[in-house]
Amino acid sequence: MVTLGTETGRAPILRPMQSTVATAEPSGVEPTSQVVLEARDLNVYYGDFRAVQDVNLDCHKGQITALIGPSGCGKTTVLRCFNRMNDLIASARIEGSVTYHGIDLYGPQADAGEVRRRIGMVFQKPNPFPKSVYDNVAFGPRVNGERDKKRLDEIVERSLRGAALWDEVKDRLDASGLGLSGGQQQRLCIARTIAVDPEVVLMDEPCSALDPIATARIEDLMQEIKQQYTIVIVTHNMQQAARVSDRTAFFTTEVNPESDRRTGRLVEIDDTRKIFSNPSDSRTEAYVSGKFG
Amino acid sequence: MSTVEVVREAARISLADTTSRARRGRDAVFLGALWLSLLVAIVTLATLVTSTLVTGIGSLDLRLVSSFPSPFAADAGLQSALFGSLWVTITSGVVSLVVALGTAIYLEEFADPRSRIQRLVTVNIQTLAGVPSIVYGILGLAFFVRKPFDWGFTVGAAAATLTMMVLPLMIVASREALKAVPPSLREGAYALGATRWQTVRKQVLPAAVPGIATGSILGVSRALGESAPLILLGALAYVSYNPTSFASDFTVLPLLIFKWSTEVQVEFRALAAAAIIVLLAMLLALNLVAIVIRDRSRISW
Repeated sequence: MVTLGTETGRAPILRPMQSTVATAEPSGVEPTSQVVLEARDLNVYYGDFRAVQDVNLDCHKGQITALIGPSGCGKTTVLRCFNRMNDLIASARIEGSVTYHGIDLYGPQADAGEVRRRIGMVFQKPNPFPKSVYDNVAFGPRVNGERDKKRLDEIVERSLRGAALWDEVKDRLDASGLGLSGGQQQRLCIARTIAVDPEVVLMDEPCSALDPIATARIEDLMQEIKQQYTIVIVTHNMQQAARVSDRTAFFTTEVNPESDRRTGRLVEIDDTRKIFSNPSDSRTEAYVSGKFG
Repeated sequence: MSTVEVVREAARISLADTTSRARRGRDAVFLGALWLSLLVAIVTLATLVTSTLVTGIGSLDLRLVSSFPSPFAADAGLQSALFGSLWVTITSGVVSLVVALGTAIYLEEFADPRSRIQRLVTVNIQTLAGVPSIVYGILGLAFFVRKPFDWGFTVGAAAATLTMMVLPLMIVASREALKAVPPSLREGAYALGATRWQTVRKQVLPAAVPGIATGSILGVSRALGESAPLILLGALAYVSYNPTSFASDFTVLPLLIFKWSTEVQVEFRALAAAAIIVLLAMLLALNLVAIVIRDRSRISW
């Protein structure tokens, strides 16, 4: 079993040996697939407002899970629960459980820093640090204790290659990351994320600020790296979800009698082909066929 | 007119200015008012600087810096005041920068913004930033010069008092600088497993340096030009030796200028003007430092 506790110190990242968590998926999933992230009866509140209600969701190893749905349906909120980024919002709190290989992400043995090292995140707007390309990628390993220059060089090169950016930036590793184009900046952020060798990469609408060519490159990249990293992606672009993901979760909003505001709910999660061709719920069908949203 | 011509006529598009005369007039009036405000500021400053330069340039020589204050205009210089100003300003600047940075980082990056204590502290600091400097002088006299600290009329007491005066300004400025750092930068660092302190030290602080430098140097400039509280703290006009420790007697440039300009002999007025030039040069140098720091560490988002 893996632990997320601080007591693991700087030990090399432990890969889970096996998972005993059974998958409870009805269709489209191989029985052997392993659940990495699991949300059970997840409710997220901002102050008194319930943003997300009763979400049950599994993400499987080596797969791309897409979260789709109209604006305000809570997909980003759910995504940010998976690496405790909501901790940074003072008014946010959660009910229910989110587990990583069966370990409660919000439990006493889980340290937020360790959680985020294993479950990385790429943001909607590329947010490179105002530092050199090299320092951007080396930041993660450095804050996690890597000091050796040679090892850092290796990590930087491997991560930039992994993010399909190496050939474009190898001659200007000392140039500012902010001088790159938008698509390059986003791939730099992906390189930065995989530099700490996470098991999961969360992506929050990673292509929404990019042009179609840059988007295609990121989508190709996702396919290349999904063997190594379990990916969860939030996207507004249904075609993108259909193109890249193995499984798709459809969220919608419902007026909440508690607050008159709209609360996000998960409608269904299933094999992507099924969601886009023959969904179980009529709301999903209406959304994916473009009838609303 | 043929049909073709009619159609052409109708299709003719004009880009000529159709702004009404009244609208254009209002535009001109507004622009004129802006120019006038600018003129007032520039003329005032220019008059001040020129009259000071004209009066003081004759007395501005090496002797002014190499001699000590004296009751005789022919012998009088400002060395002890210059060193007194440097001692007091540098000490209070360094101490308040360190304390202000700590306070600002805590309040912006660590404290829960919803806590009542945090809000109380914020209001308190903002109020303190507006307190007249003479009040700080009285405070310094009561606490540092007399008991419980009992430091007497010394450099130390003056530096401590000016530190208290400058602190709120620097805290407010540093907080604003930290606030201006985009949240996405923090998120990026946290998402890589960085701790809060690592995020602050390696990403947020470097990005906030330009703002902090500008704000702090404004605070230091204020300390350098301050005279009111120092009158209460016993800055003497005629000190004929430089401070050697925090326990030394001292005087500062603004006070010497004040004393000199109230002397009856005309020669002292020229000396006062020359001392003003020295003080202005120091302020200008400080501002230059701020500009250099800002430009060196500028980040374009």
